[in-house]
Amino acid sequence: MTTASASNIEIHSLYKIFGDDPPSVMPLVRDGVDKQELLESHGHVLGLRDINLTVKPGGIQVVMGLSGCGKSTLVRHVNRLIDPTEGTVLVDGQDVLGLDQAALQHLRRHKVSMVFQRFALFPHRTILENVRYGLQMQGVARAECDTRAERWIERVGLSGYEASYPHQLSGGMQQRVGLARALATEAEILLMDEAFSALDPLIRTDMQTLLLELQRELNRTILFVTHDLEEAITLGDRIAILRDGEVVQNGDSQEIVLKPSDDYISNFTKNINRGRVIRVGSIMEPTQPRPQGQAGKDYSIPSEMLLEDALPRVVASPHDNAAVVDVKGKTVGAISVGRMVHALSGDRLTGAA
Amino acid sequence: MTGWLQEFPTLDEASLRILKKAFDSGYRSFSRSYGDAIEGFFDPLLYFLVWFERFLLSTPWWAVILVVAGVCYVAGRSRKLSIFVAVSLFLIGYLGMWEDTMRTLAIIFVSTLIAIAIGIPVGIWMSRSDRVQSLITPVLDIMQTMPIFVYLIPVVMLFGLGKIPGLIAVVIYAVPPVIRLTNLGIRLVDKEVLEAADAFGTDTWRRLFDIQMPLALPNIMAGVNQTIMMALSMVVIASMIGVKGLGQPVLQAVTNQYFALGLFNGAAVVALAIVFDRITQSYGRRIQSSRQTS
Ligand SMILES: Nc1ncnc2c1ncn2[C@@H]1O[C@H](COP(=O)(O)OP(=O)(O)OP(=O)(O)O)[C@@H](O)[C@H]1O
Ligand SMILES: [Mg+2]
Repeated sequence: MTTASASNIEIHSLYKIFGDDPPSVMPLVRDGVDKQELLESHGHVLGLRDINLTVKPGGIQVVMGLSGCGKSTLVRHVNRLIDPTEGTVLVDGQDVLGLDQAALQHLRRHKVSMVFQRFALFPHRTILENVRYGLQMQGVARAECDTRAERWIERVGLSGYEASYPHQLSGGMQQRVGLARALATEAEILLMDEAFSALDPLIRTDMQTLLLELQRELNRTILFVTHDLEEAITLGDRIAILRDGEVVQNGDSQEIVLKPSDDYISNFTKNINRGRVIRVGSIMEPTQPRPQGQAGKDYSIPSEMLLEDALPRVVASPHDNAAVVDVKGKTVGAISVGRMVHALSGDRLTGAA
Repeated sequence: MTGWLQEFPTLDEASLRILKKAFDSGYRSFSRSYGDAIEGFFDPLLYFLVWFERFLLSTPWWAVILVVAGVCYVAGRSRKLSIFVAVSLFLIGYLGMWEDTMRTLAIIFVSTLIAIAIGIPVGIWMSRSDRVQSLITPVLDIMQTMPIFVYLIPVVMLFGLGKIPGLIAVVIYAVPPVIRLTNLGIRLVDKEVLEAADAFGTDTWRRLFDIQMPLALPNIMAGVNQTIMMALSMVVIASMIGVKGLGQPVLQAVTNQYFALGLFNGAAVVALAIVFDRITQSYGRRIQSSRQTS
């Protein structure tokens, strides 16, 4: 745990076991009994094991993994929809597990809001009534509720649908309502449990764009669950990968793709379009460019550039390499075609080029 | 020797008589000492019933028809249905059964109100705890399978003949469906919607009244509908313990073999049933269609 800035969400040694008597099997779980065995010989389901996760304010932390690995269980600990078997969950430094009913309600009304996989809108309420729900729970006066809800409805592109009922809207539109409902409370933390998983690919991309656009402006702390690596890479500042209730790797998209910590993760990344993920800066040689290549404008590329775009440029240049520059135009390294091809082919980069 | 293998081992007659006697006298002394108090407790109900009956009888017939057809239109938004209701009520009056129909209407209305007032809270209570559910369900089963006449006896012993025992018998018979369907309706509310409500910090009461009850309403209405139907089917039996209305002519018709009298009054009960059924059902459908889950 770094010092300095207080992180919005901190999870320490979190364990969750489902079953009749979770404490009785805790010693086994701590000793590392595997999920299968715990279920077959001891009749308990391992939800989460020894989770340690720190989410910095203003970022999107993705939680990814296969079905049943505990993603939903993990996010539900943040607003305590699920109580842990053991461990600590801190939101803004406040121990969520120590809260009484009233304090917990306060947390859910003001600090943490949530978007659900199957939307979970209130079917008997209009769009406006859905979006203002959280504000009503906060006790905001009706007129103000309405103007604020109205603004969020407009913000997610649903003006004109205020009086419609959820079942009259398409899936994508319903999830816009879900998003507006969650954002309207102005809660600092947003939990999104497979929020876009139920949507068609095109609509899904739209929603990702919308979320990123909103996030640029709002800077909320988002915990985003998905089982889709592309989505994780598009959205995530950091990606935590879960397997059988344990975090196996937590890093940014470059680390996940370039340095998968084990086969489980390389399996995820196997089919990804690497050219569209890996950035030049992640694989460059942090040295000066070779003497023959003048660091002229034509032969330098920004370190933020994706390999997909960088490769044709470097290939088209007279030399098979280029200088890499940062946002300020300062040369920070060099990149060769060979190095790029190597990275694209998916072989792990070892220290030397 | 082993007589009990050939013949059923019965309690000897003397002890059986003592057992029944003890039971009867026990209940009788209970009703003697508490009967008045219990009757007093039900007095307001009696006043209300009598008042409502008088009110219906003193209101001009056309006003009653207009109001019922109007309620029907408000509930179902169907002109055809309202016209049907008005015509059947008119026919009932034309065939000389207006007063009895108003009396029956009064007792059905009041007993349904009581059944709802008891049934919905009990249903809510049941829906909140599996233990309560497993305790109340068999009681409801017994209420619905016990021959009606059996529980008429203690009620009559307690209250004598009249409106109140009739009302109580009707309510006991008719209350189970509201209870069952309130419980079921609340339990069927989408778990994810409830989770969303929790995630936004909803407290228990608002969760019940803002989310669970409205979403359970179509089921609750179905329960109310069944309750009314069961109350109507009690009309004839209730008339045996002195409830005036369409049941009495039917009873009379049975004992004297007046076929036409029985048929007309029976038909009036059916017409009332159809009116109530259509009103509650179309209301139920209307709320359902605007509150569909996706
Ligand atoms: N209430 C519960 N009782 C028993 N087991 C549970 C319960 N909730 C979750 N589990 C188990 O805990 C594990 C993790 O479940 P969880 O729902 O968190 O997975 P997930 O990663 O969200 O999966 P999915 O992608 O399918 O949503 C699963 O094995 C699941 O069967
Ligand atoms: Mg899940």
